[in-house]
Amino acid sequence: MDNIAGQKSGLSWAVNIAVVAMVLVWIIPTVGLLVSSFRDRDQISASGWWQAPFSVEQTYRGRVSTDHPSRDGALYVLSGNIFDESDASGTLYAFGTTGREPTAFAAGTQAPLPDGATLLVAANGDYRYASPEDPGTRGPRIYFGAKTPPQFSLDNYRTVLRSDGMDRAFFNTLTVTIPATIIPILIAAFAAYALAWMEFPGRGLLIACVVGLLVVPLQLALVPLLNLHNKIGIGQSFLGIWLAHTGFGLPLAIYLLRNYMVGLPRDIIESAKVDGATDFQIFTRIVLPLSFPALASFAIFQFLWTWNDLLVAKVFLPSADESKVMTVKIADDLLGSRGGDWGILATAAFVSIAVPLIVFFTMQRYLVRGLLAGSVK
Amino acid sequence: MSPLLQAVLTIALGVGGCVGYFFGANLVLDKVLFPARGPHLARNITRANMIRPWVFLFPAIFASGLYLAYPVVGSFFRSLYDRTGSTYVGTGNYTFLFSDDGFRQALLNNFLWLLVVPAGATAFGLLAAQLTDRLRWGNFAKSLIFMPMAISFVGASLIWKFVYANDADIGLINALRAALGANAAVDVLQIPFWNNFFLMLILVWIQTGFAMVILSAALRGIPEETVEAAIIDGASPLQIFFRIKAPQIMGTIVVVWTTITLLTLKIFDIVYTMTGGNFGTEILPSYMMSFMFKDDGRATSVAFVIMVLVLPVMIWNIRQSRKEMR
Repeated sequence: MDNIAGQKSGLSWAVNIAVVAMVLVWIIPTVGLLVSSFRDRDQISASGWWQAPFSVEQTYRGRVSTDHPSRDGALYVLSGNIFDESDASGTLYAFGTTGREPTAFAAGTQAPLPDGATLLVAANGDYRYASPEDPGTRGPRIYFGAKTPPQFSLDNYRTVLRSDGMDRAFFNTLTVTIPATIIPILIAAFAAYALAWMEFPGRGLLIACVVGLLVVPLQLALVPLLNLHNKIGIGQSFLGIWLAHTGFGLPLAIYLLRNYMVGLPRDIIESAKVDGATDFQIFTRIVLPLSFPALASFAIFQFLWTWNDLLVAKVFLPSADESKVMTVKIADDLLGSRGGDWGILATAAFVSIAVPLIVFFTMQRYLVRGLLAGSVK
Repeated sequence: MSPLLQAVLTIALGVGGCVGYFFGANLVLDKVLFPARGPHLARNITRANMIRPWVFLFPAIFASGLYLAYPVVGSFFRSLYDRTGSTYVGTGNYTFLFSDDGFRQALLNNFLWLLVVPAGATAFGLLAAQLTDRLRWGNFAKSLIFMPMAISFVGASLIWKFVYANDADIGLINALRAALGANAAVDVLQIPFWNNFFLMLILVWIQTGFAMVILSAALRGIPEETVEAAIIDGASPLQIFFRIKAPQIMGTIVVVWTTITLLTLKIFDIVYTMTGGNFGTEILPSYMMSFMFKDDGRATSVAFVIMVLVLPVMIWNIRQSRKEMR
């Protein structure tokens, strides 16, 4: 429909611009998270992530070192480099002698101190302190502003993965997700085949039940099932959460797979039956391989759903630290204890969304197909 | 044992158990219970084939029955008892709920969510679907707008914390306000009433991609003749969209709308992560979680209220699918 009569080229420009704007609005928040996760934590609080490629102006303080005193006539002189005496780096643009005015004097000028001494600090950090009195063993403080070049590092990732325990949470998420994805597929595929291709009384009723169960809110299941798990000894455990995810995912799995299997050509299945294949053989040799697209789309749904789930993990897994999944770890631990540490939060969030994003971008085709099969019908 | 090894082992056990059940049950049915040989060969095959559907269906019926059907009844009965579960209180929990300010606030907020989120996501999705329809890079644009679907609600909340942060050096909103000359940063999540809309925006951001993908497929399915005829009759692009295209995909719009509505009723993650239900942002699922592990009776009664809200959609869905079956 590219060259429909009456379409104006001006309109197509407007459409392009509108789409660019919309795409930008949609991805900017995520880009901000990604950029922030690589930034130095001091820089994050000093300038916004959109300024990440530029130098950051921050104020620091250091103390004049008394290690190498010398005399210049009647004056006691202390000199050195202030970057060696503090944790700052970069270019000094201004300095001061009080904490109230840390940038009162431009770099390279001489500042008078109240006791008759003078202080000169150059842009490269070299300072010269001259005082009529012996400074003793404690030099005066220097406050200064320095421009730090942008710093990107993997430090946040190191912190998050090692000391904050996200590595453990990552494996826990994986442990929850993989069986909780594969088991419902297996169970649902058999059930979907039975509902699609086997004749038995009550089939229509069962299909209606599946459609009904599709929309039952998860919240309803939490209390009764947790009580049940406690009663039969599963308690809050990985076994419990697999069973829960399996149960919750089944209706959608059966629904999607049945819709797909019903559409398979009747001829293939009937000729296999004529040739003497049993239902089990038809299912494993013919229907299952042919249903691969539907299996893949449900697998992606279930994977994303279980990976991203917070509610079920909060209820069905123990609240101890060693069995926390990433979503719980972020929502309950990091947001509380690291609430103001934006670099750590961004990194933790990015660690938790990286795998779903990879799955999403590589398998998008199947995801879209699954969505269409589930909703347009 | 290292967590990774434990994970691999449990995966092997779980999956192996499943495969073992189907394979074993089928084998038992064919070889042991009703072997296809001997004097009753024909009868045995018929019987085995009568039982086989139920062998295939049993794990699914059992699991979804236990995990979804039983809780509907179980939750209802539990909600008639008090905190300990031993004293029958009748509708006590429900009368408490409707007299509780927190519940009324949550219910009201939930209705706001149900009004705004499905409408917002469907509208933006329709807009994106229509705009990207004819673009050469449309699929790329769609893929980027669709991306938030893959992100967890917790991850999305953190992403938006970087937009809403109460600091002009971190939050985009406050940075924009500072650029326009505002002096002090505001915490948008603490503005009474309007903070709800900032939370809803996150869900709209996530769900727009879903709406877009489905509506875009529906738009592609519109017969081109109808559009061409309208163009020849001199319809403007807006008229084509609202008078020709929109009515033809109304069925799909309704499906998208209800799907997002159902999702909105279940999402507690965003409120939990962003505000913890404070500043008047509580919704029913997060309100329920405030009772979880503390007062099962009240938690189940809130869950049952959610179920009642879902019920009309459930009935409509079942009727719709039965119509298709016939």
